[in-house]
Amino acid sequence: MSTVNEKITEKIRSEAQRLLSSGEIAAFIGYEAGSLPMSVRPFVARKPEDASRLVWNSFCVLNLANYLPALLKSFEPPRRPGDPPPEGPLPKVGILATGCWSRNIVVQIKENQVDRDRVVIVGVPSRGMVSARKVKEAVGERDIQACTEEDHSLKISGEGFEQELNRWDVVRDNCKTCVHPDPVIYDILIGDPAGERQVQDRFAQVDEIEHKSLEERWDWFADSFSSCVRCYACRNACPLCYCPTCFVDDSRPQWVGKSTEQTDTMLFHILRAYHCAGRCTDCGSCESVCPVGIPMRLLTKKLNKDVLEMYGSEAGMSLDEPLPLTTYNPADPQGFVLTEKSEKGGDR
Amino acid sequence: MKALKLDRNAIGQWLSAMAGERDIYVPAPDGPAKGTWTLLTDYSMPEIKPGVPARPVKNFLFPQPETLLKFSTVPTDPNCCLPSEPEENGRKNVVFGVRPCDARSIGLNALACKADTYYQANMEKNAIIGLTCSQVCSTCFCSETGGSPMGTEGCDVSLTEIDGSYIARAMTERGEALLALAESSGKEVTDSDISAVEALEEKARAGSDEIRNPEEQLRAKDLMELYNAPFWQELADRCINCGACTFLCPTCYCFDIQDETLHGKGRRIRCQDSCMFPLFTLHASGHNPRGQKIQRVRNRFMHKMKYFPDRFGPISCVGCGRCVRDCPVNIDIREVMRSLLHI
Repeated sequence: MSTVNEKITEKIRSEAQRLLSSGEIAAFIGYEAGSLPMSVRPFVARKPEDASRLVWNSFCVLNLANYLPALLKSFEPPRRPGDPPPEGPLPKVGILATGCWSRNIVVQIKENQVDRDRVVIVGVPSRGMVSARKVKEAVGERDIQACTEEDHSLKISGEGFEQELNRWDVVRDNCKTCVHPDPVIYDILIGDPAGERQVQDRFAQVDEIEHKSLEERWDWFADSFSSCVRCYACRNACPLCYCPTCFVDDSRPQWVGKSTEQTDTMLFHILRAYHCAGRCTDCGSCESVCPVGIPMRLLTKKLNKDVLEMYGSEAGMSLDEPLPLTTYNPADPQGFVLTEKSEKGGDR
Repeated sequence: MKALKLDRNAIGQWLSAMAGERDIYVPAPDGPAKGTWTLLTDYSMPEIKPGVPARPVKNFLFPQPETLLKFSTVPTDPNCCLPSEPEENGRKNVVFGVRPCDARSIGLNALACKADTYYQANMEKNAIIGLTCSQVCSTCFCSETGGSPMGTEGCDVSLTEIDGSYIARAMTERGEALLALAESSGKEVTDSDISAVEALEEKARAGSDEIRNPEEQLRAKDLMELYNAPFWQELADRCINCGACTFLCPTCYCFDIQDETLHGKGRRIRCQDSCMFPLFTLHASGHNPRGQKIQRVRNRFMHKMKYFPDRFGPISCVGCGRCVRDCPVNIDIREVMRSLLHI
C-alpha cells in the first residue's frame, strides 16, 4: 500500500510531465529528494524527463512561491527600466502550492510581482509539514541516519537507536495552528481537500508572550534572538522578500549595522517582520530554514493576529480582497497611534 | 611530547587549574545558546555531543565583531579622529572540546591570514584543546578533505576518549605547559594506552572514503573547464543566496570593515561578510562583477576547491558538514566536490 505522499508524488510527476511535454510551461517548481534523511531540495524541472525526479513528503518546508517572481523574470527578454513590456505571450511556469503557498502567490499577484496568466498552479492540500528540529530534539539530538515516513508516523534510526514518532507530534507549530490547509487558488488540484480546520487558540504562542511584562518581553526578545548570525536565511526563504535591494543591503544610506551586535540584530528582525505585516501567511519558511533555531515567526504571527483583529483580514485569501495595509478606511482603528496621552510602554 | 591519562574527575581538576589563568569555552549543551561556545563556570567534564556544534571555532579567531581601533568624533577633543588601540581585558582563552575538523581550520585560515596581525594575535590568545571523534556523523567527511576523525592538527592538546577516560597528548609547547597543570590529577600513560590511540588512528585511516587528496586532483584541472561546468545552473536554481553556509563554515574568512559612531565615540570594526550577498562585490561605480546568483554560488565552491588550492595548496574545506546539515535547500558540498573531480 502506498502512502498518501507517495500517491501525491505520482500525481505531481504525471501532471508536471504532461505540462512540460505539451509545452504549456517552460519550467516546473517542485521538490526532489535530498542527500540527507529528512531533507528535500527545491527543484526546477525544465525537461519532461525531469518530472520523474519530483517528490512530495512532510519535509517540504521551504515555501516554493519564494522562487516564482525571479523564475518568471528569467524567461523574459532583458529590458531596462522604462522599456515597454515585452510583446506577445511569455513562457509559463508551473508551481506546487499548499494552502499558505497559494496565499503567497495571491499576494505576489496582487503586488504585481506575478502575472496570474503565466502561472499554472498545481494545488496540494497540506497535511502539515514536519519540523526537522523537533525530530532531532525527540531523538535526543543523536545523529539521524535514516527516516522513513508512513501516513501517521516517522521511523527514525541512527547508530544504536531506532525510534518511531507520531507524525503530528513533530509537525511544525505554524502548521498545527493553520486553519487554511487547502490552496485558495489553483489550476489543477492533487489530493483531497482537507477543508477548513478548527483550531482553538491559534494565537496561543503569541498570547503567551503578550501576557508577559514589558521587561519579560524584552528578555524573551533578547534571549531568543541572541544567537542570530545575520545570515538572512529567514529573509531569503520568504516569498514576500523580493525587493531588488533589501534595506540591510543598502550602503547609501546604511540603515542598519552589519555586525551581530544586539541592536543591529534586533533592528533587522523587527524591520523584517514589519515588512511582512498584512502579507504573511505564516508558512513557517523563515523559522524552518534558520540554522540556529530562532523563533522569528512569532514576530510575524503577532502581526498576523493584529491585522486580523484590527482589519479583519488574513493575507492572500482571495484575489478580489484589497491589500489591508494599502487600503484606507475611515473606520480603521487608531488606538495604536502614539500620542502625548499614550502611556509609556502601552500596548495599543 | 607529554601525554597523560585523565579520568573525568581529573579533567575537572585540570579545567579548574587552567581557569586560574585563562577563560575556558566549551560548546553550550542546550538553551537559547545551544550550539554556540559558552564560558565554562562549573569545572567538570562538559557533555560534548558527537559531531560539531552549530558554531565553528573561527568565532574565537574572528570575533564577531572585532574592534580594530577606536576614535573620537568630538571636534574639541585634541585626539579627534585619531585612531587609538581598543582596550583589551588581557585574558587568554582555552577553547575546549574542539573537533579535529574545526581545529584544522585554524591553520588553513592562517595560510590566507599570514599578514593579518589581528588573526595572528587571536591565534596567540586562544589555546585549543581538541577532542577526537569516536563517532563519524552522517554529514561528516573530514577524511575526504585531508583530515581525520583522529586528527590533531591545530590542537595544543588533543584528547581521545578510551573507556570513559581521556588520553591527553600535548601537541605544541603551549599545550605542554597547559597539560603540566594536569600532572597532579592525571596518571602516566601506559604502552597499552598509546597503542589503543594508535589503533583508533589506524582504524580512521582504513575507514576513510574513496576520495583521497582531492586538492592534487583539483589543482591539476583546468580552471575554465570547472568554471563553465553545466551543474552550476542547477545549484543556482535552488540556492536562496542566504549566508548560512558561509557564516557557519569554519574556513570562510571573508569580512567587511565598518566605522560605527555614537555620541562622539567611534570604532572601526570588522565583521564576517558573505560572498553569497550581492553587496559583497558591489563596486562604488554601481557595477557588480558577481551580480547574478549563479556567479555567487559558483564562486563559493570555486574558491574553496580551486582558487585556494591553486594559491595555498590544500582545499579550503575541513569536512565538518555544517553547510550540508544546515543549508536550507540541501546544497551538499560533497556532491559539488565529486562533480568537480569528475570533470
